[in-house]
Amino acid sequence: MHLILFLIFAVFCLAGAVNLLLQSHPINSALSLIVVMTSLAVLYLLLGAEFLAAAQVIVYAGAIMVLFTFVVMLLNAGREEQTRGSIAAKTVGFPAVVAILAVLASVILKAQGLGTASLVNGITSTVEVSKVLFTDLLLPFEVTSVLVLIAILGAVALASRGNGDQGRTVSK
Amino acid sequence: MNAALLQQDVPLNWYLLLSAALFCLGVIGFLIKRNLITVFMSIELMLNAVNLSFVTFAHQWGAVKGQIFVFFVMMVAAAEAAVGLAIIIAVFRARATLAVDRIDLMKL
Repeated sequence: MHLILFLIFAVFCLAGAVNLLLQSHPINSALSLIVVMTSLAVLYLLLGAEFLAAAQVIVYAGAIMVLFTFVVMLLNAGREEQTRGSIAAKTVGFPAVVAILAVLASVILKAQGLGTASLVNGITSTVEVSKVLFTDLLLPFEVTSVLVLIAILGAVALASRGNGDQGRTVSK
Repeated sequence: MNAALLQQDVPLNWYLLLSAALFCLGVIGFLIKRNLITVFMSIELMLNAVNLSFVTFAHQWGAVKGQIFVFFVMMVAAAEAAVGLAIIIAVFRARATLAVDRIDLMKL
């Protein structure tokens, strides 16, 4: 069962990622990215990470992708124009990607002592996660909340500045 | 479909291979896409691929802190997405384009 679920959702992941590259309209890319992220949530669940699966669906597939689709619609982003691309990407980028994939795959395939994942063992409950998160890692957690607050303020300041200037010039 | 296939476990190498493949697809997307928003989506794809590696190794070693690291990556990615998309909106206001080929100067 685990094997079948893994194969189905791994294929979904890869198909979504390839579709993200092939689509020329940003909204289609955003929707295929949602497919990738939701399939990854199922894979997290297969690996026994219950809390992360829920957080992946809510934070990534929910909040972040809503933000993406909202910006795509707000800016009325159309089909991307086809250009030749940069020479650096062709000469350095693609060989580097192939090299990285080859090195990673060879290391992973040669790795010994990696276990297997099944449906029954190794499930981490939310209780265990929160016990560590709110005792050992309380300070990083609080720092993250400050970071998110600063990010909200920064986003509001960045996105609203142009509008404010425009309003001032119009009122003059 | 026989019962042996239903009972079979998945080696963790496969999860890591999937993670590496997703990461490389993200890099390729970063290189070939010509729309600022889609380039940003490719970065999110790379972050997700690395998260899958973290969860796989957390499962391998039975370490809860690996999963908590993924949680922190998600929080930082959310903050990054909010700020990044605000920057994209500001760039679009200044340039009226999202094509990365035309956004090649820092100054206006």
